[in-house]
Amino acid sequence: MTGPTEDKPDGGPSPENGPTSGRPEPGPAAKGDAEGSRPPALKQPLPGLGWLRQTGALFALAVAVLRAVFKRPFQFREFVEQFWFIASVTILPAALVSIPFGAVIALQVGSLASQISAQSFTGGASVLVNIQQASPLIVALLIAGAAGSAICADLGSRTIREELDAMEVMGVSPIQRLVVPRVLATICVAVLLNGMVSVVGTLGGYFFNVVMQDGTPGAYIASFSALAQLPDLYISEIKAALFGFIAGVVAAYRGLNPRGGPKGVGDAVNQSVVITFLLLFLVNLVLTGIYLQLVPPKGA
Amino acid sequence: MGIEVSVEGLTKSFGSKNIWQDVSLTLPTGEVSVMLGPSGTGKTVFLKSMIGLIKPESGRVLVDGVDMVNSSERDVYEARKLFGLMFQDGALFGSMNLFDNIAFPLREHTKKKESEIRRIVMERLEMVGLVGDEGKLPGEISGGMRKRAGLARALVLDPQIILCDEPDSGLDPVRTSFLSQLLIDLNAQIDATMLIVTHNLDIAATVPDNMGMLFRRNLVTFGPREVLLTSEEPVVAQFLSGSKQGPIGMSEEKDAAALAAERGRAEDPGIERNLLVPQLEPSPGLPERSAVRRRQHRVEGMLDSLTPAARSAIRSSLAARSETATVATQAAPYRPASSGRADDTGPTGQAGSDA
Repeated sequence: MTGPTEDKPDGGPSPENGPTSGRPEPGPAAKGDAEGSRPPALKQPLPGLGWLRQTGALFALAVAVLRAVFKRPFQFREFVEQFWFIASVTILPAALVSIPFGAVIALQVGSLASQISAQSFTGGASVLVNIQQASPLIVALLIAGAAGSAICADLGSRTIREELDAMEVMGVSPIQRLVVPRVLATICVAVLLNGMVSVVGTLGGYFFNVVMQDGTPGAYIASFSALAQLPDLYISEIKAALFGFIAGVVAAYRGLNPRGGPKGVGDAVNQSVVITFLLLFLVNLVLTGIYLQLVPPKGA
Repeated sequence: MGIEVSVEGLTKSFGSKNIWQDVSLTLPTGEVSVMLGPSGTGKTVFLKSMIGLIKPESGRVLVDGVDMVNSSERDVYEARKLFGLMFQDGALFGSMNLFDNIAFPLREHTKKKESEIRRIVMERLEMVGLVGDEGKLPGEISGGMRKRAGLARALVLDPQIILCDEPDSGLDPVRTSFLSQLLIDLNAQIDATMLIVTHNLDIAATVPDNMGMLFRRNLVTFGPREVLLTSEEPVVAQFLSGSKQGPIGMSEEKDAAALAAERGRAEDPGIERNLLVPQLEPSPGLPERSAVRRRQHRVEGMLDSLTPAARSAIRSSLAARSETATVATQAAPYRPASSGRADDTGPTGQAGSDA
């Protein structure tokens, strides 16, 4: 199995077509069948097989995308266009979300810290939460919600209008031509956006802690530099890159396999956002666990 | 120069629904073939299987040594460059204007300079009568124009195999005749192997060298056009006459009870028409179709295995053709009345916008 294009569902005219992937099942047309008689019905498939198949097809697409990244010619123009589009729809909302988010964390941590007389650690705690958790998640939500839905709708409507079939017929792989630039664009935007959100969130937290809660600027920064280390930033960016990849691949997967007509595209967009959210939070949990195990805290 | 396409034992099902089984046929090099069939018999699926967009469960489609069904993805992509497929509604890229749409294969697969791309695209646009519309988006033009633009895009890489999915649907009879003529002219110019999927009888009667018909999950017949046109097979006869009487019903196929009930009803002879008309000739000024001679040899070789009706039909059409060859200076006199020519001065020219 080399890629999902191989077992793509068969386009428009066959709504009765089974789940999106899977190799062609052994033909029900038994060999000795009398001419014109109906082939025997297939056996009832195992429950849950559909899910398994979808998951497999999603992974197959991810692998195909990774392989196609290195295939020449690289679609630079498409990449720049998509990058610009995704950046333009995510930058402003990301900044606007990250200010109150940083503030909330600072206020919460600050009030908790003052209750246990540990105000001097507010800075370190809120900045770490911001950089490691809040910022990649804000990026993930925006990439999935704003960029992923747009990618899914775009690819989905092209699929049902047979544009992707036409592209394949012309010997152009839609994965290489359309999906790879989009996935790379979501990764790049996610990584850069993550940096911006971290900065804006940290500044917001600093402002609220110092101005609203009468924290001392010196203590805030001192505790920050005492507890934070560079790997915190690395894991944040790694998370952002991975979230961008997942959001891009899931959106492309649902967009390439809409089920039946314009309504199918709407459903696909909906599902792509929901699936991405679920996956992102799960992956975030796993990555955080791995990070805490592998990287020793500063000063330990 | 076209390429022979040979289909062997192709079977396709969606889930438990069998579309067709064990379809075997050969599209001879450079000849024009038509696949007929009632709606919903999987003609489009057949076309898409030939080009590897749909993977049948079993069977092979051999094109230039590549099996479009089972070969590796890389080989299939490479082989697809030999094909031009005209989709039912054009399948143009909605975000690009017509020029960019038609230039797309050139920009993807060749390193031609922009000026040369422009020249080729304009040439193809002129061929299908869309000059002046190249800046329009697919959403801004009529269905017929989209179809023609789709054909222009399919032609831009000089394909050796051209597949047309219902070229007539959504076109008026005049444009359909122009399109038929265009397809024949194309064949004369580039000698590509062509397969047209349709249920339009005018195209079926005037364009192809070979004809086949899909019905009830099977290929009913495939062979020289005269064989199908003279066929006594009830399905074929009913389809060609458009009669309500026969095995084809409103739904996919009639069941036995409906057939029995039908016997009591009045006869429906359908529309009497003579489909055994001579084939279209290329427009004056174009070269002879080199497929004609190859076909003549091929058909003469198989003459003995055919029914007497088909044999005499083939004989008379071959005789008629050699007659025209001797009086080639005259404009082709065997053109059926319905088919126009590019130089006709009718009120509806091909270049006219039918938006």
